[in-house]
Amino acid sequence: MVSYSIVDTGDSRSFPEDHPFLAGSGAEGEVVAYIGAGAISAWQEDLSRTAILVELHTETLGEVTGESRGEEGSNTIGFSRFRVGDGAPSDLVELVRQPHTDPAALEAARMVLEGAGLQVSECFDFAGRILDRLIRPYYNEALAKLDEGLATADDMDLTVKLGLGYPEGPIELLERTGLHHHHDVTQALFEVYGTRHYAPARRARVAKKRAKRGLS
Amino acid sequence: MTTIQTVGVCGAGTMGAGIAIVAARAGYRTVLYDTNAKALDRAKGQTEAFLAKSVERGKLTQAQVDTALAGYKTTDTLDGLAECDIVIEAVFENLAVKQELFGKLNDVCPEHTLFASNTSTLSITQIASGCGREDRVVGMHFCLPAQLMKLVEMSPGLNTSDTSFAAAWAFCEALGQKPVKTKDAPGFILNYFLVPFNNDVIRLIEAGVAEPADIDRAIKAGLGYKMGPCELLDLIGLDTQVLLCDAFYGVTHDPRCAAPPLLHRMVAAGHLGRKSGRGFFSYDTDKMYGA
Repeated sequence: MVSYSIVDTGDSRSFPEDHPFLAGSGAEGEVVAYIGAGAISAWQEDLSRTAILVELHTETLGEVTGESRGEEGSNTIGFSRFRVGDGAPSDLVELVRQPHTDPAALEAARMVLEGAGLQVSECFDFAGRILDRLIRPYYNEALAKLDEGLATADDMDLTVKLGLGYPEGPIELLERTGLHHHHDVTQALFEVYGTRHYAPARRARVAKKRAKRGLS
Repeated sequence: MTTIQTVGVCGAGTMGAGIAIVAARAGYRTVLYDTNAKALDRAKGQTEAFLAKSVERGKLTQAQVDTALAGYKTTDTLDGLAECDIVIEAVFENLAVKQELFGKLNDVCPEHTLFASNTSTLSITQIASGCGREDRVVGMHFCLPAQLMKLVEMSPGLNTSDTSFAAAWAFCEALGQKPVKTKDAPGFILNYFLVPFNNDVIRLIEAGVAEPADIDRAIKAGLGYKMGPCELLDLIGLDTQVLLCDAFYGVTHDPRCAAPPLLHRMVAAGHLGRKSGRGFFSYDTDKMYGA
């Protein structure tokens, strides 16, 4: 067992509700986890800890720790429990490392998260990590093809469910979880990568504009 | 429009054999055509074994299987398809090959016969072009394995008549399949999304973002997909992914559809996926996936 404490900065996307990860923390520990919207600002370097976890959203770990010559890495590790928009968080945590991240810190972080019943995928520090980087172009294409009349929304959703075994189609998933959130994630990715596949699709831009006016 | 009673299937490969099973199982007289007699024998044997298994599993009665097999025959000449009301081609994915086939079938089949293409990447309009009955050609893309998967992507070409498309749609439903309508566009729905998505996965690996096992775990645990993309690519075959990329990039010129350099290197190294024992993962068994 690796002991850990939590610094809760409020409005955590990863842990919006009770979870064994929250329940298992103590006052002190080998690992400290900064969670919530203010996690990055609250982060403090502490080499006495085996690992420091910092919750990320669209940010990268380098924005927290700083970067230097591709040799960055310490006991600080980024993490994000994957969820799409307003959908419930999944059991998957993306654990973000840098080139010279301490392997002991990675191992401790993994043990803490897996001990709380979560699954962990490790990745290097790129915007969008694994899942947003992969699924956002797919969602953008689905929205664009809906505009172009490739098929109806229902038929597109049904096709990927029957043909690929996906639990949910792209259109129904985005509508359920908030299309304006897709805009925010893709806009952040587009600013980093600059390729058209990450540019928010027209329907996401419309949803964002309406959300700004308080409309769904 | 004549009621469909006899179904022709061209190509006794995995897809064609599967489509023939679907037709025979639904009670249609079914004729499977291929120039390769061994392929026809293999397909017939697979059909008998599959239907027998369906009885064991309680999905079909022995009487249904007897009827299906009584109406199932093979032929190595196109003249053997002369009685068909619909012919579904599942031959090599090459425009010229499919165009030539439909041109020849136009001389063999009655006026009313519908032609359907199981193409996954080519244009239905182009396949139909010049065949002599462009108004009676439709896209019917079955999913692999056809005998198990219900989905069929159906596409009208620019010259397909509403009557022909409606007849093919009704036939698809009578097969017990689930048709969805798509435009005649590269990859229709499934492959349009899947091929570039899989390329993005390969590029992620190439860029050192994450290892294949981490990507697959993320996709399954994060999104609830049954299979990770690396596992799926190994199943599809990395050489097949190259062919799909070439077909797609050729018509879309979308950079996401171009085969990533890592894919080419893996194919050159003989890392083709399950079929070669090594792809993104290593396999020490030649058992069929899921067996």
